[in-house]
Amino acid sequence: MRANRLRAVTVLAAAGVLAAACGGGGGGDSKSDKNFTLTVDVFGEFGYETLYKGFEQTHPGVTVKQRKVSSLDDYKPRLQQWIATGSGAGDVVALEEGILPLYMQQRAKFVNLFDFGARSMQGDFLPWKWQLGLSPDGSQLVGLGTDVGPLAMCYRKDLFKKAGLPTDRDEVGKLWPTWDQFFATGQRFQGKLSGTKWLDGPTAVLRATVLQDAGSGPGYSFFDKSNNLVFDSNPAVKQAFDTTLKFEQNKMTADMSIFTPPWQTALKRDTFATVPCPSWMLGGIKQFSGDFGKGKWDVATTPGGSGYWGGSWLSVPKQSRHQKEAAALAEYLTGAQSQVGAFKDKDTFPSNVKAEQDPAVSGATNDYFSGAPTGKIFGQLVSSVRPVFLGPKNEDVRQAVENVLIAVGQGKVKPEDAWPKAVEAAKKAAR
Amino acid sequence: MTSVGTRPVRPAPRAGGTPRAGRGRALLARLDVKASPYAFVAPFFVVFLVFGGYPLVYTLWVSLHDWGLASGTRKWAGFGNYGYLFGDEQFWHALENTVGIFLLSTVPQMLLALLLANTLNRRMRAATVFRIGVVAPLITSMAAVAIVFGQLFDTDYGFVNWLLQSHIDWHTGRAWSWTAIAVMVDWRWTGYNALIFLASMQAIPKDLYEAAAIDGASRIRQFWQITVPLLRPTILFTLIISTIGGLQMFTEPVLFGSGTSNKMDGGATHQFQTLTMYMYDNAFGHDRYGYGAAIAWALFLLIIVFSLLNFLFVRRAGGTR
Repeated sequence: MRANRLRAVTVLAAAGVLAAACGGGGGGDSKSDKNFTLTVDVFGEFGYETLYKGFEQTHPGVTVKQRKVSSLDDYKPRLQQWIATGSGAGDVVALEEGILPLYMQQRAKFVNLFDFGARSMQGDFLPWKWQLGLSPDGSQLVGLGTDVGPLAMCYRKDLFKKAGLPTDRDEVGKLWPTWDQFFATGQRFQGKLSGTKWLDGPTAVLRATVLQDAGSGPGYSFFDKSNNLVFDSNPAVKQAFDTTLKFEQNKMTADMSIFTPPWQTALKRDTFATVPCPSWMLGGIKQFSGDFGKGKWDVATTPGGSGYWGGSWLSVPKQSRHQKEAAALAEYLTGAQSQVGAFKDKDTFPSNVKAEQDPAVSGATNDYFSGAPTGKIFGQLVSSVRPVFLGPKNEDVRQAVENVLIAVGQGKVKPEDAWPKAVEAAKKAAR
Repeated sequence: MTSVGTRPVRPAPRAGGTPRAGRGRALLARLDVKASPYAFVAPFFVVFLVFGGYPLVYTLWVSLHDWGLASGTRKWAGFGNYGYLFGDEQFWHALENTVGIFLLSTVPQMLLALLLANTLNRRMRAATVFRIGVVAPLITSMAAVAIVFGQLFDTDYGFVNWLLQSHIDWHTGRAWSWTAIAVMVDWRWTGYNALIFLASMQAIPKDLYEAAAIDGASRIRQFWQITVPLLRPTILFTLIISTIGGLQMFTEPVLFGSGTSNKMDGGATHQFQTLTMYMYDNAFGHDRYGYGAAIAWALFLLIIVFSLLNFLFVRRAGGTR
């Protein structure tokens, strides 16, 4: 008995040592391998699925794998952990405009795409899009532009007809050159159709108007260009906030946030009649409105002049084992041909000028949106886009302020308290 | 690891060996008596140190810094994060939410689980089916739970509002959202606790009940005067486990808040944001890893305090035995 017990102790101890030894091993270097996999991390819809084959054909032995997370809010923390711990990230990662400034602070964790021949692509891109992916001193190219989000307005043609409003997209655009006129049209609409709200929620309008007002004004929104919080002193922010608040306090929005489950469900009902629409939003509406909304949606110009919202960059983290090939893949995916392909697939409007000029883009119409000439609509808008500086804490401030506006719609915050509350929330979020 | 890795033990020498061998044998025997119990419990402690102790200390270290994962900031902050935490309204708000949801869910849950266990403890047809049935919610996919409960508590088209003939906005009000989340929690965990109670009930000798029945005690009286007192250690165990789980409540409120663009917000006015959500949101959502760690430590201390309170409460109420 006793000897048996001793033996058991020994076996246990030996097993422990063995386990420890095994833990240290593994993870051999695969640099020399000829066959390997490149991983691409994206969120939402980039429209790359059909493009990977083309890269695999020109790079024998390389397999491209995509990891897609549907919402940006779920993608952010994952990416953050990968970059911080130095492992787990894909060979190519997508950085959205809101999170790009954050990673610009840590650009040592990303490769310089200039080292892999990306300098020759400069002339292909919208100058401001190129500039935002570049380090301030111009020596490191962190990201190559994917899509941009020129802003339009999507509306439910069938509901407009019921409310006695014009349905033709040119006439509809003429209804609302300004946000005030858009508001007045909304009141007319809700007077006729009480069961449907005019807008989807405060979040989309706020994002659109902040970028519009900041673009036509100082060129920055919540943070100035030296990264100080100017939320309460920037007239552009106040103006956009007041525009949005007006819709909230008059109960003219369904109080939803884009891409959340209630928003997705609402697209299959007559919950709201309009959605501020950057080009990529078309893909989302099509996906969630599905058969219900086919032929019911159309695209008109947005109130308040030109604007944009969203768009991303592709970067290669330094932790990639195949930096050269990964950089080549990023260059391939942001090249003119690929951007045309992505647009055709998921309506992501190209930031690559050559792609914008391609007839497949400039002449494109969208069947789902009643045959709207989306290539022409967005193409006209994109040239007048004025980029806005976003600080590293921009997203945090935006979320906090959106919450205050939603609370107004819920009756939890009084409209007259909304601005002071938003200022307070912005300060806390910018900490 | 290596400290445990002693040399392989030689086979014990045969009886009648040299005095030296005898001494060796005695030493081994003493070692066996003294050391082998520790060796047997060692794996737990080793695993605990690696997966429990180390993260605990590391979190403390992180909490003393201004630490950002995405921005790469790392500056010594001393107790700055803890100082901020004391004045942080949102932290206290989240603590209120957590304790509120915990009380709203745990009290009915314990009572329901006791009654359920008592029912299952009787003779009945297909007892095993029912006994397994009560833990079915636990193995249901959380995504499905989120969808189903989202529809149940929908304001306009929800089943609960239809049943109550009301128009309650379950998501925006503080008390209503707590109630809805408590229902979700109870649906998942009541059966689990009932099963633990049931196991312990079956260990109660049947003759106690028989004697009570002969003395004319009713079923209800038997339950309160025999079952519940004898179950006290088990109740304490489930209470402590529920406390630890309740204060770390995360999944249910996150799923309940899937209508908010940032799921960790717990609603636009943070009406159902729990401490763990606030912690996660700071650490991974808003690039304040250090502050998130400080919240984690505050939560750790809170759990210890609450568990002690539970312990004292149950002991006061009649010993743990």
